[in-house]
Amino acid sequence: MKFRDTIVSIITRFMLPFITLFGLYLIVHVHISPGGGFSGGTVVGAGFVLLSLTYGISMQERKFSHRTSTLIESGGALVYIFFGIVAFFYGQPFLSNLPIFPAGDPGRLFSGGFIAFLNIAIGVKVASTIVALFDSLGGEDLH
Amino acid sequence: MKHLIAIVLLVTLGFGIYSVVMDMPTFGDPDNPGNKLSQTEIVNRAVEETGSQNVVSSIITDYRAFDTLLETTVLFAAIAGIFATLIDNNRESGDVKDEI
Amino acid sequence: MYYFASIVLFLIGFYILLTHPNLIKKVIGLNVMDSAIFFFFVAVGFVADGGSPIVEGSQDALTVNPVPSGLMLTGIVVSVSVTAFALAIIIKVYQHYGTINVEEIYVVRSEREC
Repeated sequence: MKFRDTIVSIITRFMLPFITLFGLYLIVHVHISPGGGFSGGTVVGAGFVLLSLTYGISMQERKFSHRTSTLIESGGALVYIFFGIVAFFYGQPFLSNLPIFPAGDPGRLFSGGFIAFLNIAIGVKVASTIVALFDSLGGEDLH
Repeated sequence: MKHLIAIVLLVTLGFGIYSVVMDMPTFGDPDNPGNKLSQTEIVNRAVEETGSQNVVSSIITDYRAFDTLLETTVLFAAIAGIFATLIDNNRESGDVKDEI
Repeated sequence: MYYFASIVLFLIGFYILLTHPNLIKKVIGLNVMDSAIFFFFVAVGFVADGGSPIVEGSQDALTVNPVPSGLMLTGIVVSVSVTAFALAIIIKVYQHYGTINVEEIYVVRSEREC
């Protein structure tokens, strides 16, 4: 079933960089404004699903293949656990933030210890989950 | 017929839930047991203990980071379960397992 | 007022789950029930005349209780996972029985005696 609409493809080509940029903004600015890893990851994943709906599943396989998505999904959880184990080398309990990681000025981008890095791992994992769900549940019919 | 039984059952359930909810503390009071404790213990100390201005995100990634770790494990388990359930749809003909 | 609205939403979702014979509509009813529970839990933490929980720098500002919002983020992710798994099982049921209607599945099962 090949579904090629002119208006949808033009608007998708125009809007996709802005959608991805907005999702990355939501992920990184977690300690300053409302947002976080889960909302930003969903927006980035929805951008990839939009790409697959408009141009067919072969285009999405080129940008975000199945093998990449399984690697990234396991990698996100492992990065999270790695940040927790780093605290063992300093004599602190698992996943402790402030005595180890530098806390900058509250309100600037480089502040808050490891909050931004954890949320980047969570956002990447949620985005690849949304893409993998769309692939396996409904993806075979899109040629 | 089953619509009637369902409506009667749900109205009874609604009366039961409503009578319990009416006994909760007054809505929007700053001196509720839950609201007062979280104001003095968490909100007043969050900026200097974690260094971030967003109190909700410092709750889920600093004070309760272990819960978020287990939640990402739930996501991973769901995806693994879905792939295991739908493995016969994704397999193409000519794979190695067809000859066993 | 907010408690009453969330109870009504929960009962509507339960009614959808009980009466429709289509399996996908039952999954939709489950989702509505989940949203009602999240709404109720977040409304418990409301504080009158309180600002949003983004503290600008001056301490001791009265804010809305941020703890229920943080707890419900985990709940939303669990709800999404359960919905996705239920839809995957519905795909396998359709391939096995050929229909999604619950009453027709009962008829097929009672004839087949499996």
